[in-house]
Amino acid sequence: MNNKLIVSSSPHIRSNETISSVMRDVVIALLPATLAGIYYFRMGAVRVILFAVLAAIITEAGIQKLRKQEVSINDWSAILTGLLLAFNLPASAPWWMPVVGSVFAIAVVKQMFGGLGHNFMNPALAARAMLLASWPVEMTSWINPGSDVVSTATPLVMFGGAEAPSLFTLFIGNHGGCIGETSALALILGGIYLVYRGVITPRVPVIYISTVAVLTFLMGGFDPYFMIYQVLAGGLMIGAIYMATDYVSSPVTPKGQIIFALGCGVITSIIRLYGGYPEGVSYSILLMNVVSPLIDKYTSPRVFGEVK
Amino acid sequence: MNPIKTLTNGLFKENPIFFQLLGMCPTLAVTTSAENGLGMGLASTAVLICSNVVISLLRKVVPSKIRIPIFIVVIATFVTMVGMVMEGFMPALYNSLGLFIPLIVVNCLILARAESYASKNGVFISTIDGIGMGLGFTWALTVLGAIRELFGAGSIFGMSIFGVAYKPALIMILPPGAFLALGILLAINNLLKSRSA
Repeated sequence: MNNKLIVSSSPHIRSNETISSVMRDVVIALLPATLAGIYYFRMGAVRVILFAVLAAIITEAGIQKLRKQEVSINDWSAILTGLLLAFNLPASAPWWMPVVGSVFAIAVVKQMFGGLGHNFMNPALAARAMLLASWPVEMTSWINPGSDVVSTATPLVMFGGAEAPSLFTLFIGNHGGCIGETSALALILGGIYLVYRGVITPRVPVIYISTVAVLTFLMGGFDPYFMIYQVLAGGLMIGAIYMATDYVSSPVTPKGQIIFALGCGVITSIIRLYGGYPEGVSYSILLMNVVSPLIDKYTSPRVFGEVK
Repeated sequence: MNPIKTLTNGLFKENPIFFQLLGMCPTLAVTTSAENGLGMGLASTAVLICSNVVISLLRKVVPSKIRIPIFIVVIATFVTMVGMVMEGFMPALYNSLGLFIPLIVVNCLILARAESYASKNGVFISTIDGIGMGLGFTWALTVLGAIRELFGAGSIFGMSIFGVAYKPALIMILPPGAFLALGILLAINNLLKSRSA
Protein backbone atom coordinates (compact mmCIF):
# COMPACT_ATOMS: atom_id res chain seq x y z
CA MET A 1 0.00 0.00 0.00
CA ASN A 2 1.85 3.07 -1.18
CA ASN A 3 -1.03 5.50 -1.22
CA LYS A 4 -2.18 6.84 2.10
CA LEU A 5 -5.62 7.67 0.79
CA ILE A 6 -7.65 5.50 -1.50
CA VAL A 7 -10.91 6.78 -2.87
CA SER A 8 -13.23 3.89 -3.55
CA SER A 9 -16.73 2.65 -2.97
CA SER A 10 -17.39 0.25 -0.07
CA PRO A 11 -16.25 -2.25 1.16
CA HIS A 12 -13.30 -0.32 2.55
CA ILE A 13 -11.80 -3.00 4.74
CA ARG A 14 -10.01 -5.58 2.66
CA SER A 15 -8.21 -8.73 3.67
CA ASN A 16 -6.16 -11.32 1.90
CA GLU A 17 -8.64 -13.97 2.94
CA THR A 18 -10.28 -15.65 -0.01
CA ILE A 19 -12.73 -18.50 -0.32
CA SER A 20 -9.96 -20.84 -1.38
CA SER A 21 -7.60 -19.81 1.43
CA VAL A 22 -10.30 -20.39 4.06
CA MET A 23 -11.42 -23.68 2.55
CA ARG A 24 -7.82 -24.83 2.18
CA ASP A 25 -7.20 -24.07 5.84
CA VAL A 26 -10.17 -26.21 6.85
CA VAL A 27 -8.94 -29.07 4.68
CA ILE A 28 -5.48 -28.75 6.26
CA ALA A 29 -7.11 -28.76 9.71
CA LEU A 30 -8.88 -31.99 8.80
CA LEU A 31 -5.61 -33.72 7.83
CA PRO A 32 -4.84 -35.16 11.31
CA ALA A 33 -8.33 -36.63 11.50
CA THR A 34 -8.01 -37.97 7.95
CA LEU A 35 -4.74 -39.68 8.83
CA ALA A 36 -6.23 -41.02 12.06
CA GLY A 37 -9.22 -42.39 10.15
CA ILE A 38 -6.97 -44.06 7.57
CA TYR A 39 -4.73 -45.43 10.31
CA TYR A 40 -7.64 -46.94 12.21
CA PHE A 41 -9.86 -48.10 9.37
CA ARG A 42 -7.25 -48.82 6.65
CA MET A 43 -8.34 -49.34 3.04
CA GLY A 44 -12.02 -48.96 3.84
CA ALA A 45 -11.44 -45.37 4.90
CA VAL A 46 -9.21 -44.61 1.90
CA ARG A 47 -11.86 -45.94 -0.48
CA VAL A 48 -14.72 -43.98 1.10
CA ILE A 49 -12.72 -40.74 1.23
CA LEU A 50 -11.53 -41.05 -2.39
CA PHE A 51 -14.97 -41.80 -3.78
CA ALA A 52 -16.62 -39.02 -1.78
CA VAL A 53 -14.10 -36.34 -2.74
CA LEU A 54 -13.91 -37.35 -6.41
CA ALA A 55 -17.68 -37.51 -6.77
CA ALA A 56 -18.03 -34.09 -5.13
CA ILE A 57 -15.51 -32.49 -7.49
CA ILE A 58 -16.96 -34.10 -10.62
CA THR A 59 -20.53 -33.16 -9.66
CA GLU A 60 -19.56 -29.56 -8.95
CA ALA A 61 -17.69 -29.21 -12.23
CA GLY A 62 -20.41 -30.95 -14.21
CA ILE A 63 -23.22 -28.77 -12.88
CA GLN A 64 -21.26 -25.57 -13.35
CA LYS A 65 -20.55 -26.61 -16.95
CA LEU A 66 -24.25 -27.34 -17.46
CA ARG A 67 -25.23 -23.97 -16.02
CA LYS A 68 -22.53 -22.31 -18.15
CA GLN A 69 -20.84 -20.89 -15.07
CA GLU A 70 -17.20 -20.57 -14.26
CA VAL A 71 -16.01 -23.93 -12.95
CA SER A 72 -14.82 -23.25 -9.40
CA ILE A 73 -13.56 -26.63 -8.24
CA ASN A 74 -10.17 -25.17 -7.39
CA ASP A 75 -11.67 -23.16 -4.53
CA TRP A 76 -11.50 -26.29 -2.34
CA SER A 77 -15.11 -26.09 -1.23
CA ALA A 78 -16.24 -29.22 -3.12
CA ILE A 79 -13.23 -31.10 -1.78
CA LEU A 80 -14.14 -30.01 1.74
CA THR A 81 -17.76 -31.12 1.34
CA GLY A 82 -16.64 -34.51 0.03
CA LEU A 83 -14.14 -34.94 2.83
CA LEU A 84 -16.62 -33.98 5.55
CA LEU A 85 -19.19 -36.35 4.09
CA ALA A 86 -16.65 -39.20 4.07
CA PHE A 87 -15.90 -38.44 7.73
CA ASN A 88 -19.58 -39.04 8.46
CA LEU A 89 -19.71 -42.49 6.88
CA PRO A 90 -18.66 -45.83 8.31
CA ALA A 91 -15.56 -47.29 6.67
CA SER A 92 -17.54 -50.37 5.67
CA ALA A 93 -19.84 -48.33 3.41
CA PRO A 94 -20.14 -49.77 -0.13
CA TRP A 95 -18.47 -47.66 -2.83
CA TRP A 96 -21.68 -46.16 -4.20
CA MET A 97 -22.76 -44.67 -0.88
CA PRO A 98 -20.17 -41.86 -0.72
CA VAL A 99 -20.85 -41.24 -4.43
CA VAL A 100 -24.62 -40.92 -3.97
CA GLY A 101 -24.07 -38.79 -0.88
CA SER A 102 -21.64 -36.41 -2.60
CA VAL A 103 -23.86 -36.03 -5.65
CA PHE A 104 -26.80 -35.25 -3.36
CA ALA A 105 -24.77 -32.81 -1.26
CA ILE A 106 -23.40 -30.87 -4.22
CA ALA A 107 -26.21 -31.14 -6.76
CA VAL A 108 -29.30 -30.89 -4.57
CA VAL A 109 -28.26 -29.11 -1.38
CA LYS A 110 -25.63 -26.75 -2.79
CA GLN A 111 -26.05 -26.09 -6.52
CA MET A 112 -29.85 -26.25 -6.70
CA PHE A 113 -30.05 -23.50 -4.11
CA GLY A 114 -27.62 -21.32 -6.02
CA GLY A 115 -24.14 -22.69 -5.39
CA LEU A 116 -21.47 -21.62 -2.94
CA GLY A 117 -22.80 -19.31 -0.26
CA HIS A 118 -26.45 -20.02 -0.97
CA ASN A 119 -26.98 -23.45 0.58
CA PHE A 120 -29.38 -23.21 3.50
CA MET A 121 -27.88 -26.13 5.36
CA ASN A 122 -24.54 -27.86 5.57
CA PRO A 123 -24.35 -30.00 2.38
CA ALA A 124 -22.30 -32.80 3.95
CA LEU A 125 -24.67 -33.13 6.90
CA ALA A 126 -27.77 -32.99 4.73
CA ALA A 127 -26.28 -35.78 2.61
CA ARG A 128 -25.56 -37.78 5.74
CA ALA A 129 -29.16 -37.39 6.91
CA MET A 130 -30.36 -38.47 3.46
CA LEU A 131 -28.11 -41.55 3.43
CA LEU A 132 -29.15 -42.46 6.98
CA ALA A 133 -32.83 -42.27 6.05
CA SER A 134 -32.29 -44.26 2.86
CA TRP A 135 -29.92 -47.01 3.92
CA PRO A 136 -30.11 -47.26 7.72
CA VAL A 137 -28.47 -50.68 7.84
CA GLU A 138 -25.39 -49.79 5.78
CA MET A 139 -25.03 -46.44 7.52
CA THR A 140 -24.84 -47.96 10.99
CA SER A 141 -22.71 -51.05 10.41
CA TRP A 142 -19.54 -49.78 12.03
CA ILE A 143 -16.42 -51.86 12.21
CA ASN A 144 -13.71 -52.05 14.81
CA PRO A 145 -10.40 -50.44 13.88
CA GLY A 146 -7.81 -52.66 12.24
CA SER A 147 -10.01 -55.57 11.33
CA ASP A 148 -12.39 -55.61 8.41
CA VAL A 149 -14.85 -58.13 9.71
CA VAL A 150 -15.78 -57.43 13.31
CA SER A 151 -18.81 -55.21 13.34
CA THR A 152 -19.58 -53.10 16.36
CA ALA A 153 -21.97 -50.53 17.69
CA THR A 154 -21.34 -46.84 18.23
CA PRO A 155 -19.79 -46.20 21.65
CA LEU A 156 -22.86 -44.11 22.44
CA VAL A 157 -25.05 -47.19 22.85
CA MET A 158 -22.35 -49.23 24.62
CA PHE A 159 -22.06 -47.03 27.70
CA GLY A 160 -21.86 -49.09 30.86
CA GLY A 161 -21.46 -52.36 28.95
CA ALA A 162 -18.41 -54.60 29.09
CA GLU A 163 -17.35 -53.59 25.56
CA ALA A 164 -17.50 -49.86 26.22
CA PRO A 165 -14.16 -48.24 25.35
CA SER A 166 -12.22 -46.40 28.03
CA LEU A 167 -12.06 -42.62 28.01
CA PHE A 168 -8.47 -42.73 26.73
CA THR A 169 -9.50 -45.00 23.82
CA LEU A 170 -12.30 -42.57 23.01
CA PHE A 171 -9.89 -39.67 23.13
CA ILE A 172 -7.36 -41.09 20.69
CA GLY A 173 -10.07 -42.68 18.56
CA ASN A 174 -9.25 -46.38 18.59
CA HIS A 175 -12.88 -47.52 18.53
CA GLY A 176 -15.76 -48.12 16.14
CA GLY A 177 -17.58 -45.24 14.49
CA CYS A 178 -17.65 -43.08 11.40
CA ILE A 179 -14.29 -42.51 9.70
CA GLY A 180 -13.63 -39.00 10.88
CA GLU A 181 -15.44 -38.79 14.17
CA THR A 182 -13.52 -41.25 16.32
CA SER A 183 -10.34 -39.40 17.21
CA ALA A 184 -11.14 -36.46 19.46
CA LEU A 185 -7.41 -35.73 19.71
CA ALA A 186 -6.92 -35.26 15.95
CA LEU A 187 -10.08 -33.19 15.64
CA ILE A 188 -9.08 -30.87 18.49
CA LEU A 189 -5.61 -30.42 16.94
CA GLY A 190 -7.25 -29.32 13.71
CA GLY A 191 -9.59 -27.04 15.64
CA ILE A 192 -6.67 -25.33 17.36
CA TYR A 193 -5.08 -24.76 13.94
CA LEU A 194 -8.31 -23.18 12.65
CA VAL A 195 -8.53 -20.86 15.66
CA TYR A 196 -4.84 -19.97 15.27
CA ARG A 197 -5.35 -19.15 11.59
CA GLY A 198 -8.38 -17.05 12.45
CA VAL A 199 -10.72 -19.14 10.31
CA ILE A 200 -13.10 -19.80 13.19
CA THR A 201 -13.55 -18.29 16.63
CA PRO A 202 -13.66 -20.76 19.51
CA ARG A 203 -17.12 -19.39 20.38
CA VAL A 204 -19.33 -21.98 18.68
CA PRO A 205 -17.31 -25.16 19.42
CA VAL A 206 -16.68 -24.23 23.06
CA ILE A 207 -20.27 -23.24 23.82
CA TYR A 208 -21.67 -26.22 21.90
CA ILE A 209 -19.46 -28.77 23.67
CA SER A 210 -19.91 -27.20 27.10
CA THR A 211 -23.67 -27.13 26.68
CA VAL A 212 -23.64 -30.85 25.94
CA ALA A 213 -21.28 -31.42 28.87
CA VAL A 214 -23.45 -29.49 31.34
CA LEU A 215 -26.70 -31.02 30.15
CA THR A 216 -25.41 -34.60 30.13
CA PHE A 217 -24.00 -34.00 33.62
CA LEU A 218 -27.35 -32.71 34.89
CA MET A 219 -29.54 -35.24 33.05
CA GLY A 220 -27.19 -38.19 33.45
CA GLY A 221 -27.34 -38.29 37.23
CA PHE A 222 -24.37 -36.02 38.07
CA ASP A 223 -21.84 -38.56 36.83
CA PRO A 224 -18.62 -36.92 35.60
CA TYR A 225 -17.51 -40.12 33.84
CA PHE A 226 -20.75 -40.21 31.86
CA MET A 227 -20.31 -36.54 31.01
CA ILE A 228 -16.78 -36.92 29.60
CA TYR A 229 -17.84 -40.10 27.79
CA GLN A 230 -20.68 -38.22 26.08
CA VAL A 231 -18.39 -35.37 25.08
CA LEU A 232 -15.74 -37.65 23.56
CA ALA A 233 -17.98 -40.26 21.93
CA GLY A 234 -19.91 -39.91 18.70
CA GLY A 235 -19.73 -37.00 16.32
CA LEU A 236 -19.78 -34.13 18.79
CA MET A 237 -16.18 -33.01 18.20
CA ILE A 238 -16.33 -33.02 14.41
CA GLY A 239 -19.79 -31.47 14.44
CA ALA A 240 -18.93 -28.69 16.88
CA ILE A 241 -15.56 -27.77 15.39
CA TYR A 242 -16.07 -28.22 11.65
CA MET A 243 -19.77 -28.24 10.87
CA ALA A 244 -21.47 -25.90 13.30
CA THR A 245 -18.86 -23.29 12.31
CA ASP A 246 -19.73 -23.45 8.61
CA TYR A 247 -19.79 -19.84 7.37
CA VAL A 248 -22.74 -20.22 5.06
CA SER A 249 -25.27 -22.08 7.15
CA SER A 250 -24.66 -20.66 10.63
CA PRO A 251 -25.41 -17.17 11.99
CA VAL A 252 -23.06 -14.26 11.27
CA THR A 253 -23.46 -12.18 14.42
CA PRO A 254 -21.55 -13.14 17.60
CA LYS A 255 -24.74 -13.11 19.65
CA GLY A 256 -26.43 -15.24 17.00
CA GLN A 257 -23.57 -17.74 17.09
CA ILE A 258 -24.00 -18.10 20.85
CA ILE A 259 -27.71 -18.83 20.46
CA PHE A 260 -26.90 -21.21 17.60
CA ALA A 261 -24.33 -23.14 19.64
CA LEU A 262 -26.60 -23.32 22.68
CA GLY A 263 -29.44 -24.64 20.52
CA CYS A 264 -27.18 -27.27 18.96
CA GLY A 265 -26.04 -28.41 22.40
CA VAL A 266 -29.56 -28.65 23.81
CA ILE A 267 -30.94 -30.57 20.82
CA THR A 268 -27.95 -32.93 20.74
CA SER A 269 -28.30 -33.77 24.44
CA ILE A 270 -32.05 -34.30 24.20
CA ILE A 271 -31.76 -36.58 21.16
CA ARG A 272 -28.92 -38.56 22.74
CA LEU A 273 -30.55 -39.06 26.12
CA TYR A 274 -34.25 -39.21 25.28
CA GLY A 275 -34.52 -39.62 21.50
CA GLY A 276 -34.86 -42.70 19.32
CA TYR A 277 -31.43 -42.26 17.72
CA PRO A 278 -28.17 -42.84 19.60
CA GLU A 279 -26.59 -39.79 17.94
CA GLY A 280 -28.10 -36.32 17.57
CA VAL A 281 -25.24 -34.09 16.42
CA SER A 282 -26.10 -34.06 12.72
CA TYR A 283 -29.80 -33.43 13.26
CA SER A 284 -29.17 -30.74 15.85
CA ILE A 285 -26.89 -28.82 13.48
CA LEU A 286 -29.29 -29.24 10.56
CA LEU A 287 -32.20 -27.98 12.66
CA MET A 288 -30.24 -24.98 13.85
CA ASN A 289 -29.06 -24.33 10.25
CA VAL A 290 -32.69 -23.90 9.28
CA VAL A 291 -33.35 -21.29 11.98
CA SER A 292 -30.07 -19.43 11.31
CA PRO A 293 -31.65 -16.73 9.12
CA LEU A 294 -34.18 -16.06 11.88
CA ILE A 295 -31.46 -15.85 14.52
CA ASP A 296 -29.50 -13.46 12.33
CA LYS A 297 -32.57 -11.32 11.82
CA TYR A 298 -33.15 -10.86 15.54
CA THR A 299 -29.51 -10.45 16.56
CA SER A 300 -28.32 -8.12 13.83
CA PRO A 301 -26.80 -5.02 15.38
CA ARG A 302 -28.73 -1.78 15.24
CA VAL A 303 -27.81 0.39 12.30
CA PHE A 304 -26.16 3.61 13.51
CA GLY A 305 -28.80 6.26 13.95
CA GLU A 306 -31.72 3.82 13.52
CA VAL A 307 -34.66 4.40 15.85
CA LYS A 308 -36.67 1.38 16.91
CA MET B 1 -65.29 -22.08 -25.68
CA ASN B 2 -63.44 -24.73 -27.58
CA PRO B 3 -63.89 -28.16 -25.92
CA ILE B 4 -60.58 -29.55 -27.20
CA LYS B 5 -58.72 -26.53 -25.91
CA THR B 6 -60.41 -26.90 -22.52
CA LEU B 7 -59.40 -30.54 -22.42
CA THR B 8 -55.73 -29.99 -23.26
CA ASN B 9 -55.67 -27.00 -20.94
CA GLY B 10 -56.15 -29.27 -17.94
CA LEU B 11 -53.89 -32.00 -19.28
CA PHE B 12 -50.89 -29.84 -20.05
CA LYS B 13 -51.06 -26.07 -20.26
CA GLU B 14 -52.66 -25.49 -16.85
CA ASN B 15 -51.84 -28.85 -15.33
CA PRO B 16 -53.14 -28.82 -11.73
CA ILE B 17 -49.88 -30.12 -10.27
CA PHE B 18 -47.17 -28.65 -12.45
CA PHE B 19 -48.67 -25.21 -13.10
CA GLN B 20 -51.36 -24.51 -10.53
CA LEU B 21 -49.77 -26.42 -7.63
CA LEU B 22 -53.22 -27.43 -6.40
CA GLY B 23 -54.05 -30.51 -4.35
CA MET B 24 -50.58 -30.75 -2.82
CA CYS B 25 -51.73 -32.82 0.16
CA PRO B 26 -52.65 -36.00 -1.78
CA THR B 27 -49.84 -35.29 -4.25
CA LEU B 28 -47.18 -35.44 -1.57
CA ALA B 29 -48.79 -37.97 0.73
CA VAL B 30 -50.03 -40.87 -1.39
CA THR B 31 -47.59 -41.02 -4.31
CA THR B 32 -45.43 -43.68 -2.70
CA SER B 33 -46.02 -45.91 -5.72
CA ALA B 34 -47.27 -45.54 -9.28
CA GLU B 35 -50.34 -47.60 -8.43
CA ASN B 36 -51.30 -45.39 -5.49
CA GLY B 37 -50.80 -42.28 -7.61
CA LEU B 38 -52.97 -43.64 -10.39
CA GLY B 39 -55.69 -44.78 -7.97
CA MET B 40 -55.76 -41.46 -6.15
CA GLY B 41 -55.80 -39.57 -9.44
CA LEU B 42 -58.69 -41.57 -10.88
CA ALA B 43 -60.72 -41.31 -7.67
CA SER B 44 -60.25 -37.53 -7.64
CA THR B 45 -61.10 -37.37 -11.36
CA ALA B 46 -64.38 -39.21 -10.79
CA VAL B 47 -65.32 -36.81 -8.00
CA LEU B 48 -64.24 -33.79 -10.02
CA ILE B 49 -66.28 -34.70 -13.10
CA CYS B 50 -69.43 -35.45 -11.07
CA SER B 51 -69.13 -32.34 -8.91
CA ASN B 52 -68.47 -30.13 -11.95
CA VAL B 53 -71.64 -31.48 -13.63
CA VAL B 54 -73.86 -30.99 -10.58
CA ILE B 55 -72.48 -27.59 -9.63
CA SER B 56 -72.78 -26.39 -13.19
CA LEU B 57 -76.42 -27.50 -13.21
CA LEU B 58 -77.07 -25.76 -9.88
CA ARG B 59 -75.14 -22.59 -10.68
CA LYS B 60 -78.27 -20.47 -11.34
CA VAL B 61 -80.09 -21.46 -8.12
CA VAL B 62 -77.22 -21.35 -5.61
CA PRO B 63 -77.20 -18.07 -3.63
CA SER B 64 -73.72 -16.67 -3.92
CA LYS B 65 -73.34 -16.00 -0.18
CA ILE B 66 -73.56 -19.66 0.79
CA ARG B 67 -72.10 -21.19 -2.36
CA ILE B 68 -68.99 -22.66 -0.71
CA PRO B 69 -70.88 -24.84 1.83
CA ILE B 70 -73.14 -26.03 -0.96
CA PHE B 71 -70.17 -26.92 -3.17
CA ILE B 72 -68.62 -28.81 -0.29
CA VAL B 73 -71.82 -30.78 0.35
CA VAL B 74 -71.97 -31.76 -3.32
CA ILE B 75 -68.30 -32.76 -3.36
CA ALA B 76 -68.59 -34.68 -0.08
CA THR B 77 -71.52 -36.66 -1.48
CA PHE B 78 -69.50 -37.86 -4.43
CA VAL B 79 -66.43 -38.55 -2.31
CA THR B 80 -68.52 -40.79 -0.06
CA MET B 81 -69.86 -42.63 -3.11
CA VAL B 82 -66.39 -43.07 -4.65
CA GLY B 83 -65.04 -44.24 -1.30
CA MET B 84 -67.77 -46.87 -0.95
CA VAL B 85 -67.27 -48.09 -4.52
CA MET B 86 -63.52 -48.42 -3.93
CA GLU B 87 -64.01 -50.22 -0.64
CA GLY B 88 -66.38 -52.67 -2.33
CA PHE B 89 -64.49 -53.38 -5.54
CA MET B 90 -60.86 -52.45 -4.88
CA PRO B 91 -60.28 -53.17 -1.17
CA ALA B 92 -56.49 -53.37 -1.51
CA LEU B 93 -56.19 -49.91 -3.04
CA TYR B 94 -58.77 -48.58 -0.58
CA ASN B 95 -56.66 -49.79 2.32
CA SER B 96 -53.40 -48.40 0.99
CA LEU B 97 -54.90 -44.95 0.35
CA GLY B 98 -56.67 -45.03 3.72
CA LEU B 99 -57.55 -41.67 5.19
CA PHE B 100 -56.73 -39.84 1.97
CA ILE B 101 -59.95 -41.02 0.29
CA PRO B 102 -62.26 -39.01 2.59
CA LEU B 103 -59.75 -36.16 2.40
CA ILE B 104 -60.53 -35.75 -1.31
CA VAL B 105 -63.36 -33.54 0.01
CA VAL B 106 -60.87 -30.86 0.90
CA ASN B 107 -58.73 -31.27 -2.21
CA CYS B 108 -58.44 -27.67 -3.28
CA LEU B 109 -58.30 -28.63 -6.96
CA ILE B 110 -61.92 -29.81 -6.86
CA LEU B 111 -63.19 -26.77 -4.99
CA ALA B 112 -61.13 -24.48 -7.22
CA ARG B 113 -62.69 -25.89 -10.39
CA ALA B 114 -66.16 -25.64 -8.84
CA GLU B 115 -65.63 -22.06 -7.80
CA SER B 116 -63.73 -20.74 -10.80
CA TYR B 117 -65.15 -22.81 -13.63
CA ALA B 118 -68.25 -24.95 -13.08
CA SER B 119 -70.18 -22.20 -11.28
CA LYS B 120 -69.73 -19.91 -14.29
CA ASN B 121 -69.98 -22.23 -17.28
CA GLY B 122 -72.41 -24.62 -18.93
CA VAL B 123 -72.77 -28.33 -18.17
CA PHE B 124 -71.03 -29.70 -21.27
CA ILE B 125 -67.95 -27.54 -21.09
CA SER B 126 -67.73 -28.03 -17.30
CA THR B 127 -67.72 -31.78 -17.83
CA ILE B 128 -64.89 -31.45 -20.34
CA ASP B 129 -63.02 -29.23 -17.89
CA GLY B 130 -63.48 -31.87 -15.17
CA ILE B 131 -62.14 -34.61 -17.45
CA GLY B 132 -59.15 -32.51 -18.54
CA MET B 133 -58.18 -31.32 -15.07
CA GLY B 134 -58.81 -34.74 -13.53
CA LEU B 135 -56.71 -36.61 -16.06
CA GLY B 136 -54.01 -33.95 -15.83
CA PHE B 137 -53.97 -34.50 -12.06
CA THR B 138 -53.92 -38.28 -12.61
CA TRP B 139 -50.97 -38.41 -14.97
CA ALA B 140 -48.95 -36.04 -12.83
CA LEU B 141 -49.61 -38.16 -9.73
CA THR B 142 -48.78 -41.35 -11.63
CA VAL B 143 -45.48 -39.95 -12.92
CA LEU B 144 -44.54 -38.72 -9.45
CA GLY B 145 -45.51 -42.08 -7.93
CA ALA B 146 -43.56 -43.97 -10.60
CA ILE B 147 -40.39 -41.93 -9.99
CA ARG B 148 -40.60 -42.39 -6.23
CA GLU B 149 -41.36 -46.10 -6.56
CA LEU B 150 -38.52 -46.57 -9.05
CA PHE B 151 -35.87 -45.16 -6.72
CA GLY B 152 -37.48 -46.06 -3.42
CA ALA B 153 -38.40 -49.66 -4.21
CA GLY B 154 -36.67 -50.38 -7.53
CA SER B 155 -39.93 -51.12 -9.34
CA ILE B 156 -42.76 -49.49 -11.31
CA PHE B 157 -46.34 -50.71 -10.82
CA GLY B 158 -44.86 -53.49 -8.71
CA MET B 159 -42.65 -54.79 -11.55
CA SER B 160 -38.98 -54.94 -10.63
CA ILE B 161 -36.84 -52.70 -12.85
CA PHE B 162 -33.41 -52.60 -11.29
CA GLY B 163 -33.27 -56.24 -10.17
CA VAL B 164 -32.49 -57.65 -6.75
CA ALA B 165 -28.97 -56.19 -6.49
CA TYR B 166 -30.42 -52.68 -6.22
CA LYS B 167 -30.53 -51.32 -2.68
CA PRO B 168 -33.61 -49.08 -2.67
CA ALA B 169 -33.22 -45.53 -1.36
CA LEU B 170 -35.91 -45.60 1.31
CA ILE B 171 -35.98 -41.82 1.53
CA MET B 172 -37.81 -41.64 -1.79
CA ILE B 173 -40.89 -43.38 -0.42
CA LEU B 174 -40.68 -41.47 2.84
CA PRO B 175 -42.16 -37.93 3.05
CA PRO B 176 -38.88 -36.09 2.17
CA GLY B 177 -38.77 -38.03 -1.11
CA ALA B 178 -42.10 -36.52 -2.15
CA PHE B 179 -40.78 -32.98 -1.71
CA LEU B 180 -37.49 -33.81 -3.45
CA ALA B 181 -39.13 -35.49 -6.44
CA LEU B 182 -41.85 -32.86 -6.84
CA GLY B 183 -39.35 -30.00 -6.47
CA ILE B 184 -37.05 -31.43 -9.12
CA LEU B 185 -39.96 -32.12 -11.50
CA LEU B 186 -41.21 -28.53 -11.06
CA ALA B 187 -37.71 -27.21 -11.70
CA ILE B 188 -37.43 -29.22 -14.93
CA ASN B 189 -40.90 -28.04 -15.91
CA ASN B 190 -39.99 -24.39 -15.34
CA LEU B 191 -36.80 -24.88 -17.31
CA LEU B 192 -38.71 -26.28 -20.28
CA LYS B 193 -41.26 -23.49 -20.01
CA SER B 194 -38.58 -20.78 -19.98
CA ARG B 195 -36.86 -22.39 -22.98
CA SER B 196 -40.04 -22.50 -25.05
CA ALA B 197 -41.18 -19.00 -24.12
